[in-house]
Amino acid sequence: MQILRSAVFGPAERNGIAQQMSPPSRFGDKAFEWLTLAMGLTVVALVAIVGWQLARGSSLAIDRFGFHFLATSTWDPVAENFGALPFIYGTLVSSLIALLLAVPLSIATAVYLTELAPLWIRQPLVSLIEMLAAIPSVILGLWGIFVMIPWLRDYPFPLLRRLFGWTPLFSGPVYGVSMLAGGIIIAVMILPIITSVSREILRSVPNLQREAAYALGATRWEVTRIAVLSYARKGLFGAVILGLGRALGETMAVTMVIGNTPQIRASLFAPGYTLASVIANEFSEATTDIYLQALFEIGLVLFGITILTNLVARLLLKTMAGAGTTRAVQ
Amino acid sequence: MTMSSSNNHRWRKAKSAFASALAFVAALLVIAPLGLVLFHLIRSGASSVNWDFFTNLPTPVGVVGGGMVNAIVGSFELLALAALIGVPVGVLGGVYLAEYGSARANAMLRFVADVLNGVPSIIWGVIVYGLVVLRFKSFSAYAGGLALGLMMIPLIMRTSEEVLLLVPTGYREASLALGISRWQTIVHIVMKTASKGIVTGILLALARVAGETAPLLFTAFGNRFWNHNLSEPIAALPLQIFTYAISPYDDWHRQAWAGALVLVVTILFINILVRFLTRERIARVL
Repeated sequence: MQILRSAVFGPAERNGIAQQMSPPSRFGDKAFEWLTLAMGLTVVALVAIVGWQLARGSSLAIDRFGFHFLATSTWDPVAENFGALPFIYGTLVSSLIALLLAVPLSIATAVYLTELAPLWIRQPLVSLIEMLAAIPSVILGLWGIFVMIPWLRDYPFPLLRRLFGWTPLFSGPVYGVSMLAGGIIIAVMILPIITSVSREILRSVPNLQREAAYALGATRWEVTRIAVLSYARKGLFGAVILGLGRALGETMAVTMVIGNTPQIRASLFAPGYTLASVIANEFSEATTDIYLQALFEIGLVLFGITILTNLVARLLLKTMAGAGTTRAVQ
Repeated sequence: MTMSSSNNHRWRKAKSAFASALAFVAALLVIAPLGLVLFHLIRSGASSVNWDFFTNLPTPVGVVGGGMVNAIVGSFELLALAALIGVPVGVLGGVYLAEYGSARANAMLRFVADVLNGVPSIIWGVIVYGLVVLRFKSFSAYAGGLALGLMMIPLIMRTSEEVLLLVPTGYREASLALGISRWQTIVHIVMKTASKGIVTGILLALARVAGETAPLLFTAFGNRFWNHNLSEPIAALPLQIFTYAISPYDDWHRQAWAGALVLVVTILFINILVRFLTRERIARVL
């Protein structure tokens, strides 16, 4: 009681409070509960509003293009002919490149942070990763345009072309802005989230697992592989899918480096376009109704894909671990 | 036999050391972009961050100098509008989750809030465009603030819930035992005790949306001059950085770097401040 008083009320306020607060009123209780419930339900309402707005905004386009919208690759605002295939392709390929780069790095970092690193280094490293997560997308894009692209164009891309030029993936002219550059910048954007969620997952692996493996004479790596990683497999998969959700919706940074050309090319050196970047670039220029409708439909496709990936990720994470995992996402 | 088993052991030890080294290199690679971005921001931006930058309006193309004062002020106005929407809804929603909801309802709401957190920020721009800009036929500060505010709701809701749950149940019981009604207990005891954590969560959410560009592209839209009316387009720092970065002018590129440096320093400052100021316990849940 003493603790409560000193923690909550200053000594001067203590006397007045009894008068202020009595008598208790049932009405106030009910009203407050309903108020907070209403505020809590806004998240549900928001999901509904987003879905409804997108569907309403694109109804004409859906009627006019039907399922062809998803399967055709013309994007011709002048002839008012719209197909989203190049954007869907660009989104999937750039996200896939990002995952290929980010997943091994993130999970290895998470392993380092929970299993291997000296204790004193762990917290500073986690803070640095949180700082990377706080860097806005547009600033990473700025860095991408002026630092990363020229560097990629001068060194790694020609090298890749010399080594793997015989595959269609790394052939053709090198401009700098490209699908590969887009994938790399998305990888940087999703490194922190996959790392921090994986770290929470690995932390939730019971120590008994590790102790049992150590007791059998396993080395550190064997403990990590056998007792930790295989135990956490499902949760780590959830972390990866969560990263995929972020990658699919990533907008500014990728818009600034991917080249923004609606085409489907096998070469990763060729420019591409993503669902999010076509909205960012063309939305305020959409002069005709059907053009705007087509962009709303692209938004609907993007919303559908990201909601689905997020649902899957959350379900995987929920079965794996407690509150810690969702905290890491914030 | 002993020979091969000791060899085997050495091999396994070597493999373990190798894996540890790889993990260490991975960790270095993960934080490398942070170092590189900060290095280039300072190298290319520091020289253009000067008095003019904080006091002058942008100059027309070709005129050297000028600053981003309108964008800096605009960003703060947008954040204030966003907070008007995001803070009450988020905090009270968090109160419901922490104090009232049944386990089932809470699991559902948390799930939806987390899924909402994963909605790409550009989608919020599209939605607010449909809800506000189309209706009032004008890009506006209100629209930009709404887009950012909606993004803040799930963020604040989840952090508020977490810090409210840290308040010991004994506090609530003691207050109720004194005859204080439930809602007054929550407002005066529980929320007051957790106020520092709630404020921390709000600051982090603000820092998060402060750098958002995509939701502002076709809501706040940007403005090269002062905004005198919130129902008109308004400049924002991230938008200005984007416009300048993709422009063909060297002078604008310099300004973009300067703006980026100011934005990143502000955001990282809030993040670091928040983490240093909050007690260990709160810092961990956030």
